[in-house]
Amino acid sequence: MSNWKKICLVSDIPVLGARCVARPQGMDVAVFRNAQDEVFALLDRCPHKGGPLSQGIVFGSSVACPLHNWNIGMCTGQAAAPDEGCTPKFSVKVEDGAVLLDAHELASHALDLTTPTAGPACKAALTT
Amino acid sequence: MDMRAAPKTKQKLVMIGNGMAGVRTLEELLKIAPDLYDITVFGAEPHPNYNRILLSPVLAGEQTIDEIILNSWDWYKDNSITLHAGWKVTEVDRIKRLVHATNATGETISTGYDRLLMATGSTPFILPIPGKDLAGVIAYRDIADTNAMIDAATKYQHAIVIGGGLLGLEAANGLMLRGMTVSVVHVMPTLMERQLDSVAGKLLQKSLEERGLKFLLGAQTQELVGGPEGRVTAIKFKDGTVAPADLVVMAVGIRPNTALAESMRLHCNKGIVVTDTLQTVTDARIYSVGECAAHRGIAYGLVAPLFEQAKVAANHLAEFGIGRYLGSLTSTKLKVTGIDLFSAGEFMGGENTEEIVMSDPFAGVYKKLVIKDDKLIGACLYGDTVDGSWYFKLLRDGRSISDIRDKLMFGESNIGDVGHQGHNKAAAMADSDEVCGCNGVTKGTICKAIKDKGLFTLDEVRKQTKASASCGSCTGLVEQLLMFTAGGDYSATPKTKALCACTDHGHQAVREAIRNNKLLTIDSVYKFMVWKTPNGCPSCRPAVNYYVTSSWPKLAKDDPQSRAINERSHANIQKDGTYSVIPRMWGGETNASELRRIADVVEKYNIPTVKVTGGQRIDLLGVKKEDLQNVWKDIGMPCGHAYAKALRTVKTCVGSEWCRMGTQDSTQMGKDLERAMWRMYAPHKVKYAVSGCPRNCAEAGIKDVGIIGVDSGWEMYVAGNGGIKTEVAHFFVKLKTSAEVLEFTGAFIELYRQEGWYLERTVHYVNRVGLDYVKKKILDDHEGRQALWENLQFALDGEPDPWFEFDKAEVDTRQFDKLAIPA
Repeated sequence: MSNWKKICLVSDIPVLGARCVARPQGMDVAVFRNAQDEVFALLDRCPHKGGPLSQGIVFGSSVACPLHNWNIGMCTGQAAAPDEGCTPKFSVKVEDGAVLLDAHELASHALDLTTPTAGPACKAALTT
Repeated sequence: MDMRAAPKTKQKLVMIGNGMAGVRTLEELLKIAPDLYDITVFGAEPHPNYNRILLSPVLAGEQTIDEIILNSWDWYKDNSITLHAGWKVTEVDRIKRLVHATNATGETISTGYDRLLMATGSTPFILPIPGKDLAGVIAYRDIADTNAMIDAATKYQHAIVIGGGLLGLEAANGLMLRGMTVSVVHVMPTLMERQLDSVAGKLLQKSLEERGLKFLLGAQTQELVGGPEGRVTAIKFKDGTVAPADLVVMAVGIRPNTALAESMRLHCNKGIVVTDTLQTVTDARIYSVGECAAHRGIAYGLVAPLFEQAKVAANHLAEFGIGRYLGSLTSTKLKVTGIDLFSAGEFMGGENTEEIVMSDPFAGVYKKLVIKDDKLIGACLYGDTVDGSWYFKLLRDGRSISDIRDKLMFGESNIGDVGHQGHNKAAAMADSDEVCGCNGVTKGTICKAIKDKGLFTLDEVRKQTKASASCGSCTGLVEQLLMFTAGGDYSATPKTKALCACTDHGHQAVREAIRNNKLLTIDSVYKFMVWKTPNGCPSCRPAVNYYVTSSWPKLAKDDPQSRAINERSHANIQKDGTYSVIPRMWGGETNASELRRIADVVEKYNIPTVKVTGGQRIDLLGVKKEDLQNVWKDIGMPCGHAYAKALRTVKTCVGSEWCRMGTQDSTQMGKDLERAMWRMYAPHKVKYAVSGCPRNCAEAGIKDVGIIGVDSGWEMYVAGNGGIKTEVAHFFVKLKTSAEVLEFTGAFIELYRQEGWYLERTVHYVNRVGLDYVKKKILDDHEGRQALWENLQFALDGEPDPWFEFDKAEVDTRQFDKLAIPA
């Protein structure tokens, strides 16, 4: 059973932009808004090298990852050919100008994926 | 009465000919109007569309027929295209709009059309000599011919190839590799006389003779002699000599295949005559592309022009009605493994032309450049073709070469200095050698992708393999591989390169339209120039945003959602999604208070790495996005724009204030330049340096603008680069005062800001327009220079610091806060 929670208003997301939704467990979820005010939700993680998709350029119904410019379809989470990969998507609906996400799904879906590491944390991860 | 509207029936498009130009037109059409037509294709050969250029590697045993198929049977099925392969069109009734065809067993079919696309290609020319119809006498045009040659090579010994042009030599080479004894008969005194001058032709002949080919030059064929079984046995020449021949390949040229068109009473003259929209002049319902079409009197035989035609024809078939084909420049490359040869333009020279020639017959290198009115009009290269694509670009752009004439012969291969083991000749590399050091792509991987996936353009290779898609320093190597693997004509790209796939317009056209029509928003540009996508793509949107804001300062509003993340968050994104922060340190000078604040911030926000940059500043790495605003505030130093296409660092040496060698106060000059021009967005990043004496400790020779103090004033250098390819800056002018340094630097950089293409560094901008042009604008035109400098000051006046004036800088601060899930 789904448990819809109001996250924000559509107008809280920039047109052709995104916002991040923090979860108690697991990585953030990115909510995107296109030029037609449609809203999409994906795990904030590119299937290529884990880049934060919420920071990418939104165009048409795709977002370009800010790290290496992979194009990810916002409806499906699927990378555009010839690249291959898929990022988990989340259910989203818009009611009276409000953006709703499913609390059950947020609490249970795609909890295993992690943020890439950089800096001294990389070396620490290698030595342990 | 049934009031429901009848389903609208689709229009019928029939294509005659199933070759590369025609099918490419269908591909382009399906991309932009997938549901407009019911499509039927007639192809005389019993194969789906294949890459005709690669027949030579098939003959040479380097590839198989399966590998050169471009569109599989499934492709036709998946796109609901009815394909009649092995059916020859016998008649077209233009009044009833019916196409009649027949197959090998004599069956016939008829199909109606609303639009007809004639892509019948060309037919080989057969010498009208006795014996031409004997068994064992073939042309070299299609899969059947290729198979016949491969078959003959297993049974017979002596092959004669008539014709010493591109195709003939490739056929001869292939037959020789398959074990036959091959002689090439050519009526002219040198080989490939339409692509090479006589010196290069002789070098080529020598090299092919060393491989085992024999040549009979200036020989006129009289007849082919047959044996008792009706197969050719010998060739007889006009001077009475005879040579044995079990196989004769006629490769003396091709003719546009216009027989059907003529029977339809379409106007033909050296091909089916078409307009700039690729419609036949006789019947506007009928289009023609490819080798059969004569555009402005030329029937093109190379792939790249045909693909340009395909694009235009598809656009009109899709009822968009924009785009015209204006003809192509072409270049040639021979596909014989191990032979490097390139020619383009009017390489023979002629009246009022000058030639620059470099000849080293011992090393097998020959280069000839033909110049007319200070412009390069032709090039012929043998043995070393690294610079072929550069010469071709100069030829196409038609820019004056007077300022680079002395260096022209030495080329300017667009290969970076690092990242590929110092290689500059792709041919000399092993398959396992890395071409692209950014993405780890080897030569073997690239060549395989080009062959297997049927790639023709640099963009396609970048998409498929990622080679040269990051820093681009190996672009020249990838182009060479493409030239060699896919054939010579890849480089005959359109005269203007489209900005991206969203439009056919190039950067220049977009810039001009924005300036001439006072377009102030990205949307108005997209509307005015009829963009194909509603809100562009990550390539065009940042470019167009830069063009409107730089063309109309104070009027056009910046659109942060059309900037890449770094310029939207005013910090530099790292691989884990954190950011780096580099505050501005005027002229690279700092003090205890600034350092103390930086140290405090590092501790307060747990910033994991602090690094001194190459541009004399301090980089804080690993800052969380939600901390950015506070980090900026606590440091209290101006934004360093280290993340932006903008003025970055001004590197300085200590100068006369301290240095016992210093002649000028370089640190102060650097600070003045930086304070005058910071906050300046540009087509790409901009770096300055100022040295206080000719020892040049600030390395001003590799910066966009480098200033070097001398006892009597300042020397100004422009368009240097220290990155991918080290480019030494050009000496620009000698100046007396620091006020002049500001004015000349500002004017130069404003010219670049107004005329540069997005992502073009100053070095590439100056290479494109020529240093002479820039000198004319800045040094000779005093009023123009002052106006440019004033423009820049006007554009920068009151511009905000994005780290502190969020509203004015259009910084959307919502991005720094995460949304929470309510309980």
